[in-house]
Amino acid sequence: MHDKTLAQLSAGLAAGEFSSVELTRHFLDRIASLDGKLNSFITVTEAQALAQAEAADARIAAGEAGPLTGIPLAHKDIFCTRDVRTSCGSFMLDNFVSPYDATVVSRLAQAGMVMLGKTNMDEFAMGSSNETSYYGPVRNPWDTERVPGGSSGGSATAVAARLVPAATGTDTGGSIRQPAALSGITGLKPTYGRCSRWGMIAFASSLDQAGPMTRTAEDAALLLAGMAGFDERDSTSAERPVDDYRAGLDRPIDGLKVGLVREFMQQEGLDAGVAKATEAVLEELKRQGAEVVEISLPNAHLSVPAYYVVAPAECSSNLSRFDGVRFGHRCEDPKDLQDLYERSRSEGFGAEVKRRILIGTYALSAGYYDAYYLKAQQVRQLIAEDFRRAFEQVDLVVSPTAPDVAFPLGAKADDPVAMYLQDIYTIAVNLAGLPAISIPAPLADGLPTGFQMIGNHFEEARLLNVAHRIQRETDWHQQAPEGF
Amino acid sequence: MQWEAVIGLEIHTQLATKSKIFSGSSTAFGAEPNTQASLLDLGMPGTLPVLNRRAVEFAVRFAKAIDAELARRSVFARKNYFYPDLPKGYQISQFELPIVGRGHVEILLEDGSLKTIGVTRAHLEEDAGKSLHEDFHGMTGIDLNRAGTPLLEIVSEPDMRSAREAVAYARKIYQIVTWLGICDGNMQEGSFRCDANVSVRPRGDEELGTRTELKNINSFRFLERAINYEIERQIEVIEDGGSIVQETRLYDAERDETRSMRSKEEANDYRYFPDPDLLPVVLDDDFIAEATRDMPELPDQRRARFESEHGLSAYDASMLTASRAHADYYEAVVAACGDAKLAANWVMGELAAALNKASLEIEQCPVSATGLGELLGRILDSTISGKIAKQVFEAMWAGEGSADEVIEAKGLKQVTDTGALAGWVDEVIAANPEQVANYRAAEADKRKKMIGFFVGQVMKKSQGKANPQQVNELLRQRLEE
Repeated sequence: MHDKTLAQLSAGLAAGEFSSVELTRHFLDRIASLDGKLNSFITVTEAQALAQAEAADARIAAGEAGPLTGIPLAHKDIFCTRDVRTSCGSFMLDNFVSPYDATVVSRLAQAGMVMLGKTNMDEFAMGSSNETSYYGPVRNPWDTERVPGGSSGGSATAVAARLVPAATGTDTGGSIRQPAALSGITGLKPTYGRCSRWGMIAFASSLDQAGPMTRTAEDAALLLAGMAGFDERDSTSAERPVDDYRAGLDRPIDGLKVGLVREFMQQEGLDAGVAKATEAVLEELKRQGAEVVEISLPNAHLSVPAYYVVAPAECSSNLSRFDGVRFGHRCEDPKDLQDLYERSRSEGFGAEVKRRILIGTYALSAGYYDAYYLKAQQVRQLIAEDFRRAFEQVDLVVSPTAPDVAFPLGAKADDPVAMYLQDIYTIAVNLAGLPAISIPAPLADGLPTGFQMIGNHFEEARLLNVAHRIQRETDWHQQAPEGF
Repeated sequence: MQWEAVIGLEIHTQLATKSKIFSGSSTAFGAEPNTQASLLDLGMPGTLPVLNRRAVEFAVRFAKAIDAELARRSVFARKNYFYPDLPKGYQISQFELPIVGRGHVEILLEDGSLKTIGVTRAHLEEDAGKSLHEDFHGMTGIDLNRAGTPLLEIVSEPDMRSAREAVAYARKIYQIVTWLGICDGNMQEGSFRCDANVSVRPRGDEELGTRTELKNINSFRFLERAINYEIERQIEVIEDGGSIVQETRLYDAERDETRSMRSKEEANDYRYFPDPDLLPVVLDDDFIAEATRDMPELPDQRRARFESEHGLSAYDASMLTASRAHADYYEAVVAACGDAKLAANWVMGELAAALNKASLEIEQCPVSATGLGELLGRILDSTISGKIAKQVFEAMWAGEGSADEVIEAKGLKQVTDTGALAGWVDEVIAANPEQVANYRAAEADKRKKMIGFFVGQVMKKSQGKANPQQVNELLRQRLEE
């Protein structure tokens, strides 16, 4: 049952081949027996899941089911869930139970999906290896001595190991796409504003975006349709209708113009195996009639430095609310207000979070604001302009998702800059607010690689269409890690 | 040395919206602590602000009222600092691009001349919560009901030269915001709070002295006292050879003094940056037209009209436009009786005295404007005298009915019947032979004064109801025949 895609499970439920309760039970059993090796879940919500599954079965029986009704899923632990702890991977929120559901959570619940639990993640989504989590690192099912990528590493691993058919993730600089690539699954970061951020604990508000993490593009289309849409509670959410992502999946792609980013292919540190995998996907695109050209993003090399000003600046402010006063960790016996703040925050946050708060605080300080924050925002404009020009020439911009395959646990843990370079191909997309998808490319040395496709604003349907066309003709996305 | 004070004000006006500036919670005053705090007001993780359109409309109205530049695009920024009653760890405010730009108001100085005071800017922001130190031993209570209440912070140019001028300016702003209905003006509840920037310099100097900021003054009286105290303090410091330290000071009303709160060195670096959760506020023509569609006639315009159309003095016109309710009341009285001067005298005289005695605002006046107008109409058509009118007014105030009902019930209608009047006149002449003789012996110019005695006697006999002009005429005829 766990080898079936979301779409297949949906068909199976509709045909009465199995019930949602059976399905839910099956995946809960897999989590119980296999997640000990992977640590992809922080919280498993067995009782609620079975109750939701029963309700879903009733809905299916009553003929009121949609395509997502009765399908188990997991939420990244950054989404607020009523009555279930929302930790954000941090000791700071180890005791935090949200009084409300995030919009993404309530939408998928209304669609009848069954939440199995909350997945592990880098603390406050800050990290590219899932090693900064208070709950310990997540292991990559392809090689448990390696990282799954991050920050949505728990969701990526859970989907890759078939512990759940689909999961939600969030992507601020690559946090859906990079772990999708390193874990061999499909991950979509929608256009900024496509999914509501209400109830998604903010890391960098101008960059954060929720998206689906699934095994196939078709599944991503189904899940995104349930997540996306305008939300009046999020002023930055887009007030425009959601496309029918599934309807256009099979459209032929002959004549499609694809632009390969020259700078990314020439990037120092690009693994030869990853480069080769990228070539293989390009060949498939050409085989289906697409035209591949080289394009240039002349300012893309500035995206990592710009990002590491903007994102920490926003995070330094967003994380101020964790002060020990109203919720989250509070230190023992504070002697005064200053002590309460200092110790609650020192004890509550891990090293990477503290590093970014310090960087961000510095970048926003009087006398430095113009040189850092303002300059970074200008760079952001330049990068958006690069993409605007690229989309005058091509329909899609493509590149590898990450420069390398999954690296061993601890390999980059003490070198933040090396870690930051994991997102060198993904960050520019967030800075420009564009949608992008990572799909599995051929393995390199037995490990997954990812192929990234970037679309123009609100062109999720096209990304999913092209990804699906590739997956229809290839089996890279069907490869499963041994033992799962 | 002659010293000159330089004063600028920052006024926080609480906007009279029903809900908060970024959440749907009520802004009503006085609820149980934290019962009007939504997820957002509590700073819950994952919550996001959504701008209250009404607050923007109010800012647009204010801009129009002070003839200010209105920013077609303004931006909310985060002002970052830690405090327990600031749940998000930042206040959402406007920094580099405020919604209201340069404007001005005119204040009336004591010598009767007008002075223009520049308004630098006005911006929208959210209020913080309240820290309650008294009720919790060794702890601080936090009430977030006020957190997120919309404020319009109005910043003046340093154009004022005395505490009196500063108060006149603050009153002017108060008049405008309450007149527009964008602020309820309740100073006890903190709806209108002033910070004053004060410095002194030798008279004639161009350069500004070092300023201090006096925080959170919520009455006009305290504003005047605090500024005066601070001016004296600064002069004393400088004359004693010291220098002024740039700092924030608190005014202690009980001791009538200002105290240092924090110096510039201790001041926070607020790390302002545009709030990524909110889009820039873009105002189009339609929005501005809609927001200003029902703008009332403004106090200065109305004052000018009262002078030109109603023939009132500048003083009277200014008194009658102290608030919109006053002006509306007065105009309704004029509409009902048709005599502006009589209406003005009554509204500022009898009515104001009665309200004052009863500690009532004009909005709570038991006598309606049309009711008062009707009463004044009875004076104008000679049904009653002005003196009887005061009696009728008291009865109306006490709820005894309309002017006509009171006049009828108490039989106060003026007697104009010549027969009845002649009878009283004859009786008075017969009863006072000595005065009659004196009168007749007196010179013509003295007689004018002397006739008052006889008029008084007749009025007394008529219990005030005799028509005084007619009595006068009759008496003169009889005494001089």
